[in-house]
Amino acid sequence: MSQFAIGIDLGTTNCALSYYDIEAGSARKWQDSTLGIPQLTAPGTLEERSLLPSFLYLPSSAEFAEGALSMPWDKKAASIVGELARSHGSKVPARLISSAKSWLSHNQVDRTSALLPWQALEDVQRLSPVESSARYLRHLAQAWDEKFAGTKASAGRAAANQEILLTVPASFDAAARELTLQAAKQAGLEHVTLLEEPQAALYAWLEAAGDGFRKQVKTGDVILVVDVGGGTSDLSLIAVTEQGGELQLTRVAVGDHILLGGDNMDLTLAHSLNQQLLANGKKLDPWQFISLTYGCRQAKELLFSDAKLKMAPISVPSRGSGLVGGTIKTELTREELTRLLTDGFMPRVAVSEAPQVARRTGLAQMALPYAQDPAITKHLAAFLSRQCRALATAHEALVKTEGKAFVHPTAILFNGGVFKAHALKERIVQVLNEWLKADRGQPVKELAGADLDLAVARGAAYYGWVRHGHGVRIRGGTARSYYVGVEASMPAVPGFEPPIKALCVAPFGMEEGTQADVPPQEFGLVTGEPTRFRFFASSLRREDKVGLMLEDAAHNEELEELAPIETTLSADAAEKRHLVPINLQAAVTEVGTLEIRCIEKSGSGKWKLEMNVRMKGEEG
Amino acid sequence: MAFRLIFDGKFGGQVAHALKAAEQKPLVPKPEAKPASALWLLSALQREGRLLDFLQQNVSGFSDEEVGAAARVVHDGCRKVVQQYFKFEPGAREQEGATISIPAGFDPQRWRLTGNVSGQPPFRGTLRHHGWVVGEVRTPSVSESLDERVIAPAEVEIP
Repeated sequence: MSQFAIGIDLGTTNCALSYYDIEAGSARKWQDSTLGIPQLTAPGTLEERSLLPSFLYLPSSAEFAEGALSMPWDKKAASIVGELARSHGSKVPARLISSAKSWLSHNQVDRTSALLPWQALEDVQRLSPVESSARYLRHLAQAWDEKFAGTKASAGRAAANQEILLTVPASFDAAARELTLQAAKQAGLEHVTLLEEPQAALYAWLEAAGDGFRKQVKTGDVILVVDVGGGTSDLSLIAVTEQGGELQLTRVAVGDHILLGGDNMDLTLAHSLNQQLLANGKKLDPWQFISLTYGCRQAKELLFSDAKLKMAPISVPSRGSGLVGGTIKTELTREELTRLLTDGFMPRVAVSEAPQVARRTGLAQMALPYAQDPAITKHLAAFLSRQCRALATAHEALVKTEGKAFVHPTAILFNGGVFKAHALKERIVQVLNEWLKADRGQPVKELAGADLDLAVARGAAYYGWVRHGHGVRIRGGTARSYYVGVEASMPAVPGFEPPIKALCVAPFGMEEGTQADVPPQEFGLVTGEPTRFRFFASSLRREDKVGLMLEDAAHNEELEELAPIETTLSADAAEKRHLVPINLQAAVTEVGTLEIRCIEKSGSGKWKLEMNVRMKGEEG
Repeated sequence: MAFRLIFDGKFGGQVAHALKAAEQKPLVPKPEAKPASALWLLSALQREGRLLDFLQQNVSGFSDEEVGAAARVVHDGCRKVVQQYFKFEPGAREQEGATISIPAGFDPQRWRLTGNVSGQPPFRGTLRHHGWVVGEVRTPSVSESLDERVIAPAEVEIP
């Protein structure tokens, strides 16, 4: 047993690390359990901060003096991770890697190829999203080793030997989870288990609440976790039930991965103020615009924290040394703040209003799939409505859906830096209560979360403790059901794509450490060629059993297509290509990843189908 | 004060000494690294708050509004630096303007007496300025290779 459980929040904008001394055998002081992460904040300047910005800067050899980038664990470091990467990268954006995590779930690109920085300059050495994520994890591991395993005697406490609880968005599909795990392995972390971020946030709340949590939630409660960070929004539902006199928590639903967050808000304000400046004849260059965005963030935080202020001034400094006279002045009024942010991102809408999804044209630029509709309340409405219909079909009635237009949460837990602004939390609660009242439900209760930036890392470390038999464990299994594409055997018709059926290989809620055998089909692997299956998932269909065949997968609204899965059987030069009949088996590992295996029908062959995270639609 | 740090070496030494004396739990510097100095602090104030740009400029020809706009930039940035690396406490806990009593044996470094100063303590008077004392200093460790005379590098934009 490793001495520590280390919780790592590998965030889109910031990473954090928290730890739990399992060997000590008693509850920890959770307020003191976050690692101060050494990082460069200026050339040659090393500081500890509780967050590590998820930014990687790839300098040219001419940019920094020799030794200016050295770290305690790497004197010859040639790249920068953390605060300096973020601040310097704003000046030279084409050498900066940011939002690597969002690329991990983007199935329209080859996620293992060196494609970041996106639109980089010619001589910039590029990295894949997986390698970038591995760099952040490696930095955290080295920071840990520096502090806890720095001497010969303590070398056994190195991160590589500890239990790692690594968080991923609940909306991450099987391929993105697999890639996250790969990044961890590349960073030298061997004993990794994945944990969903909204669950981690709830664990942090459970730890802080202690035994008193039973007074705050009871059987029949439905907890909605709303997590809005810098770049993503993640929604989850957790049901509170009772079994054998004990309170049970089960994660019953997760939402889609929405690329929408605090950064969108700052940009919205900046664009609006920029328009006003242009109208007054003041033009900002790209660097001043970044300065304006930063100023908007400050102004936003100021206005949200003090309800009496009517406006917050913003100064955009000159780039030259003549600061006085060269500084451009503007201001953010409360009216603009409310209109652009509170109303723009959290409008009071009806629960039946769906978010706008613009049709992607064939020429859409291949970049991150940012959400088309910035209204978080609309995404929330769609989530609660769709899940209500889906949960109604579930035989295990963990959540009451009778006579309801949407799932009625009874408690809400906020997470993510965006909710440091009380006004935004209040607006969500207000909108939710309006929906509940109209649907004859009770107002929702807010669970008091602590430290919106560190909750996920803390909760992950606490989960390490829970796994050793303490506290309450959140159950749930897979957040989706998974399907393999099967082509209908039909005569070929030119110009007509034969419809594809979807065979369920893993049911919704499949528990970690279990496996399922798919009833025999006429599948075969051909030696010497890659055999590829199209792969689908659904976060809505709850009752599909293994072996169920769904018609016309491509047009089924409840299914989303993921990266294909494939395997290649090697063939000896002498052997002709021949067909090996196989059966399929799905397994959810203890780590939290999904494996689809091919088992030879009459033989002992076993092959794992790998998720092909290269281009979707690439023909073999 | 920034000017004095550069041109008055003795004062700079005093500041550095005071900073060092007040240091409680600094980040342990590696053998090759040194604790941050006064020049480093000036560089941080310029980088985050454009302090040197502000002080070097002749502000007599500008309106209050223009000076004010620039002052906000300097205030925001320098405040961030100062709050990040230092914890300040007021020297006197009482409100400015309140009557205060200075007991015998007071520390003349911490209490400056003005007005009709005669006789021996205890003194009664009005608190005009509460003073500042550094409670904690947490400056980072700085690499040996860093040329501290470079307060701010010249910036060149490549098209």
